[in-house]
Amino acid sequence: MADRYLEPDTPELRARWGAFAFSSTWEEKAKAAIGRYPEGRQKSAVMALLDYAQRQVGEETGTQGWLPIPVMEYVAEYLDMPIIRVVEVATFYMMYNLVPVGRFHVQVCGTTPCMLRGSDDIMSACMARGMRVGHTTDDGLWTLTEVECMGNCASAPMVQINDDNYEDLTAQRLDVVLDALAGGGQPKAGTQEPGRHTVEPLGGATTLKDMVTENHDYRGEW
Amino acid sequence: MPKVTVDGAEIEVPAGATVLQACEAAGKEIPRFCYHERLSIAGNCRMCLVEVKPGPPKPQASCALPATDGQEIRTDSEMVKKAREGVMEFLLINHPLDCPICDQGGECDLQDQSVAYGRGASRYDENKRAVTEKYMGPLIKTVMTRCIHCTRCVRFSEEIAGVDEIGALYRGENMQITTYLERAAQHELSANVIDLCPVGALTSRPYAFEARPWELKKTLSIDVSDAVGSNVRVDSRGREVLRILPRVNDDVNEEWLSDKARYQVDGLTRRRLDKVWIRNKAGKLESANWSEAFSIIAKAKPGSSIAAIAGDLVDCETMFAAKQLVNALGSDLLEGRQTGLDYDVSNLAAVNFNSTFAGIETADVILIVGSQVRWEAPLVNVRLRKAVKNGAKVFVIGPEWETTYPATFLGNDLGILNDLPADLVSSFEKAERPAIVLGGAGLAKGALAPLIGLANKFRLARDGWNGFNVLHMAASRMGGLMLGYKQSAGIKDIIAAHPKVLLALGADEVDFSAFEGSLKVYIGHHGDNGAHAADIILPAAAYTEKDGTYVNTEGRVQYAEKAIFAPGDAREDWTIIRALADTLGVSIGFDSFAELQATMIAEVPALGEEGLVDYGALPSGGGNASGVIEAYPIKDFYMTNPIARASETMQRCSAELLQAGQFAEAAE
Repeated sequence: MADRYLEPDTPELRARWGAFAFSSTWEEKAKAAIGRYPEGRQKSAVMALLDYAQRQVGEETGTQGWLPIPVMEYVAEYLDMPIIRVVEVATFYMMYNLVPVGRFHVQVCGTTPCMLRGSDDIMSACMARGMRVGHTTDDGLWTLTEVECMGNCASAPMVQINDDNYEDLTAQRLDVVLDALAGGGQPKAGTQEPGRHTVEPLGGATTLKDMVTENHDYRGEW
Repeated sequence: MPKVTVDGAEIEVPAGATVLQACEAAGKEIPRFCYHERLSIAGNCRMCLVEVKPGPPKPQASCALPATDGQEIRTDSEMVKKAREGVMEFLLINHPLDCPICDQGGECDLQDQSVAYGRGASRYDENKRAVTEKYMGPLIKTVMTRCIHCTRCVRFSEEIAGVDEIGALYRGENMQITTYLERAAQHELSANVIDLCPVGALTSRPYAFEARPWELKKTLSIDVSDAVGSNVRVDSRGREVLRILPRVNDDVNEEWLSDKARYQVDGLTRRRLDKVWIRNKAGKLESANWSEAFSIIAKAKPGSSIAAIAGDLVDCETMFAAKQLVNALGSDLLEGRQTGLDYDVSNLAAVNFNSTFAGIETADVILIVGSQVRWEAPLVNVRLRKAVKNGAKVFVIGPEWETTYPATFLGNDLGILNDLPADLVSSFEKAERPAIVLGGAGLAKGALAPLIGLANKFRLARDGWNGFNVLHMAASRMGGLMLGYKQSAGIKDIIAAHPKVLLALGADEVDFSAFEGSLKVYIGHHGDNGAHAADIILPAAAYTEKDGTYVNTEGRVQYAEKAIFAPGDAREDWTIIRALADTLGVSIGFDSFAELQATMIAEVPALGEEGLVDYGALPSGGGNASGVIEAYPIKDFYMTNPIARASETMQRCSAELLQAGQFAEAAE
């Protein structure tokens, strides 16, 4: 797991983010999130609100977004809960970025299935473009993070870039995706294997073949 | 009441007990780190694993498993032994081998339990995790690499102290315990996390590298920093008290202690009066010897024109000895309420904390009048918080302060007592155990009689419950009142009497300018306000340096023992007064401490019995309340008595936590 740390609380950070407040769009969503919980339990919405705050920061900075300390304080005050509890949540989950990230946050899965299917090549391909784990490139385009299993083992290896997963990657396919993103395009998310739509078995079913066409009852054949 | 079998022995445990509690009831020791009787159950250290049938065929964490009927629990099987060894091995993987340089050494749960339940040797030769230090203020020293993530400190500050400031950041092996942005822990009970920490991650900063636990002499004593009378253990080496720790007493302090009680200890070695001083004609203090001082007092020929004022920290024996002396000379001028309070003390039931500390937890409506409980008695505030958690409603009259529980502030004007708001009245009427807590600021404004009136109106004293409480701030207050240190007009009576000789028994809060013509003899232990104003200073013993009886604000009589000898020429207070009696040519009826105690007990029998004193029923009261409470008497929690004012640690706390001064070490 990548080393995580909080962005230091500096006067510059306060000056930039001290006045943070939800825009009307996010405020509406925040209210809806709080409304899902019973009266007096509004703290339960902390994860949703942190996400919205991160996304709003992302919109303001043109990146995936992150959570500066003043923004976490804003969320704590919004939910009337102790700030340390908010920071506990934000530091626990990898989906909250604690330091500024680039335009595209490339999260490469390096857990066993992806590793066996070649995640090392994926990582090298990222490195070859000048990315370093835990850093943002100088042009502000890429941030590289190595993460643990994202649950796409059937279409390993994969990377998650901002909100989208790109699966069945090779170094070449990743390059295509990254070039497209850098050029302002939106490559197709999901599997990059030609002819594959989702995580169906490659080359057709090998088990439960009778199930392909109908809801076959196998019980009699045991 | 479920019946369970622990290691073959069948026992019955109370409903709702856990398997761990059942094992303890059966006399089995269960090792644990995260479990603590007074905190919520976390179940994250896994050290308390036992084998339980019926259940999955694997060890179970006993602290979080309810005991149910017919369970067969084994704490001595091979599975349990291996499980404990395994857990211990994992805990030690990332725990540094710091014991020789760790202050917890010798009183460390991890050390003890690894000896008792661990494998003999380590199989681990990878690198260990390291964690950066965290700043937690002037009292708590942190070495976070040693942390085993039990989260006791997090639970304590959230549940007991009621101040969410410690948290666990990050996750898994990267988890780190810290305060928000490494700010100092800011509450009056912060240092209790040091006792709670089962390893050396949180240790005492002022006591760092001072001593090893086995070098210390342990003496049972009573804290005097407030009127709670916390039970403490004084750890001393040679002639110095090195630290003070709480003792368990569920009726008084449970097992907590306020930071002031714990850390004013370094004040015991600073600014001490260790010789006799006499003020010369030029108004300068000159050191002298005892006989010179005594002859000056004798020459003053006080006759019956003598008075005694007791300070906040003195024990009953000192007050009684001085009372005997003053009475023997034919005077009756005794007072302990230094700041000029003159509330009615004809019936002590009216100025006692009648519901007791343990009782106030069960109250369902509490009206606090003129008391900043958090500073005046931090451990009572803990009880109030418990009451609120059990559903009590709290109303406060007085300037707003930061409560650690939801409370309704009704403003500063005491006039509201004449016409209580409707929701308070209806809550009081519906309440089964209503309570009033009256503090010093309320007493000063004459709220006592009107509140007794209210107490009688709402039947605060009923079957098995007396909800009328006065919260004092001085450890000597109830004892002094029992011994007759009470004038009807308070200290004004003594000022009006213009005594020739004024005995100030550690009295440091008195305005001595009112005693211009008197020979002021200060018998005390610290060079504080009293000594500055005195004409003659007779050095005496602090509370750790003498045996003594103390009565806390509940009227609970408790005995403290002498831990060390007083420094230099200082003597125990009663011996000074005994010698003074000889000089003045009167007999006061005792020649030894035992005789003194016996005489005192003969006069006030209640002081002879440890425990609560029965002051009888509440008197009648009434009248209209008026006045506005502008401020509370305590301006600075860390500076309320001469010992604390002399303590560098307390000065530092005051500067850093209350006045937000800058300390270089904060950036360390």
